[in-house]
Order: sequence, then structure tokens, then C-alpha cells
Amino acid sequence: MHELSIALSIIEGASSEASRHGDVKVSAVHLKLGPLSGVVKDALLFSFELACEETALEGSRLVIEEVPVLVFCPNCKMERTPPSIQQMCCPVCGEWTPQVVQGHELELVALEICE
Amino acid sequence: MNTAPRLIEVRQNVLKKNDVLARALRQRFRDAGVCVFSLVSSPGAGKTTLLEKTLTELRRRCHVAALVGDLATENDAARLARSEAPVKQIITGTVCHLEAAMVEQALEGWNLEELDCLIIENVGNLVCPSSYDLGEALRIVLMSVTEGEDKPLKYPTIFNTSDVAVITKIDLAEAVEFDLKAAHRSIQSVRPGMQMFEVSAKTGQGMDEWLELLQSRIAETVFRI
Ligand SMILES: [Zn+2]
Repeated sequence: MHELSIALSIIEGASSEASRHGDVKVSAVHLKLGPLSGVVKDALLFSFELACEETALEGSRLVIEEVPVLVFCPNCKMERTPPSIQQMCCPVCGEWTPQVVQGHELELVALEICE
Repeated sequence: MNTAPRLIEVRQNVLKKNDVLARALRQRFRDAGVCVFSLVSSPGAGKTTLLEKTLTELRRRCHVAALVGDLATENDAARLARSEAPVKQIITGTVCHLEAAMVEQALEGWNLEELDCLIIENVGNLVCPSSYDLGEALRIVLMSVTEGEDKPLKYPTIFNTSDVAVITKIDLAEAVEFDLKAAHRSIQSVRPGMQMFEVSAKTGQGMDEWLELLQSRIAETVFRI
């Protein structure tokens, strides 16, 4: 389980970004999470709350947007969402493809700050 | 005073620090002509045994070294030293995966120019290592026949983010009624087109093909500089 260290990285990134905007309070952190990031959403939410204690982000919310996996189907020449991450194929024509276009995201997208 | 929250855009990878460091490592390895492989697996997949045999064989043909990630309780480095290749241990303590910074630190004092190949053995874990780039050229995921054919379906992320899959302890396949075809199907389902090997470090079965892959990648790297 490495969600705690991921949570610490989020706090570090968010804090340093917030400090560039002066003396502000972060009320929410927006994160984009892909199924291939290796991070479990619930574990991350839990770890974030714990890790925020006694930091500048204490009391802030973590808002996670889960993005679907997208693969490129060489047959349809289209980006599509496979049936699951256990079945990396085109849902339309069934072609198997290793070309992942989206799904690894573990990205700090935005902060909500109060001045 | 404005009390309504304001939204500021950030757009930054959470593991940016690790990614930046891993990219720098990859460049360093490339410049020094070192081909770097990383091994990931569950605990008990036979990673250390395969690595010991691999180091012993590769050592006859090129300059190879290894970094071994261990939790505080293990000591694989001592076992690997029998291969007579330079081996350094990275004690991760409670951290269940290696990060690029740990690799960078472990390389201190080593002259990369003198190496052709470096093998990094990650901590036995099929979840956490998938998030961390170590600057390797190939990530190799191991699963033993005793773990069952559906291992890739249970851990799709690590299989999808790896480049090569190796099925270990193949000598036990019959005894544990391992369905090789089903295993191939699971691997191909999570990572279509993935290169697969079946080896037994104990009997030597499949070792030639496996070593051939490593050697061809090493030759490419050394030739490129
Ligand atoms: Zn298609």
C-alpha cells in the first residue's frame, strides 16, 4: 500500500502551488485518476485525510475525477474504452491493442483556494 | 475580502519528482551505454533465484551488476553475491516499492561507464511498483506457476505497465496443474502482444531464450553509443 506516500506527494505539490498565490487557504484539491495509475481511490481518500492533519492542507477535500482507459484501435483508427483493464481490446471490433492513450493519470488538476 | 473559493489550475503529475529523476537516470544510463532491466513480482515468485542464475550467466559475457530492493527483514543481496557480480542492497524499510531517488542514491560510487548491464530487483509486490518509473529500459514482470494462471487478471496494472512477462518455476507446472495456455491468454488480455518467457532457474529450462533476450538488448544499448 503506497497511497499514503502518494497522498504526501499530493500535499507537497498542492502546498507549494498554493504558496505561490500568497497567504491562501486550500479548501479542495482536484485530482485526475486513471485505472492504470496503480492507485486505489478509496485508499487514497482515506490516506489523504490522515496525511493532511497538521499541514497547511488540514481540512481540505480531495476531489477525485476518475478517467476511463482509452486505447487506440488500429483497426477502427479510433480511440476507444476497452471492456475492462483485464481486456485491452476494442469494444467495437474486438481487436486487441497495447496502445494505451489514457489511463495512467495521477494528476493534480486544480486547487480551490480562499483568500 | 473575497470569501468565495477561487479555482486555480495546476496540471501537474503527482509523481513529477520521481518522473523527472527517472528520465534523468534513463539519459545517464543511455549515455554510459548501460542496459537497465527491472524485475517485479510477488514475494516468492522466484525472482532472486532467477536473478542469481541470470547474473552468473551474464557475468561470463559482459559487465553486469545488480541493485536489490529489500524490506528491512530480507537479505537477498548476500545470496546474490554468490554470482560474483557486484550487488548492492537498497533497504526500503517500510516502503513497499523502489523509487528513482533510491536508485540514484544506490548508484553513488559506481562507475556506470564500466557496466554493460544493470538489473534492478524491486521489492516483492505487484501493486505499488507500477506507479514508479526507475529509468529502466525494460520492466520485466515475473509470475510463478504456483501463483495461478489468473495472476495477470488480478494485477492488470503491473502487467500492463511491464514490457516482458516471465513465467517462473516452469518445472513445477505439471505438479500444480498449471494451465499454460490460460496463463498466456490472461497475459495477452491485459497486455496484448507482450513478449513471454517460460523458465526454470532450477532445471535451466527456457533459460537460453531468456538470456538471449537480455543479451540482445544489452548488445543494442552498447552498440548505440
Ligand atoms: Zn476497433
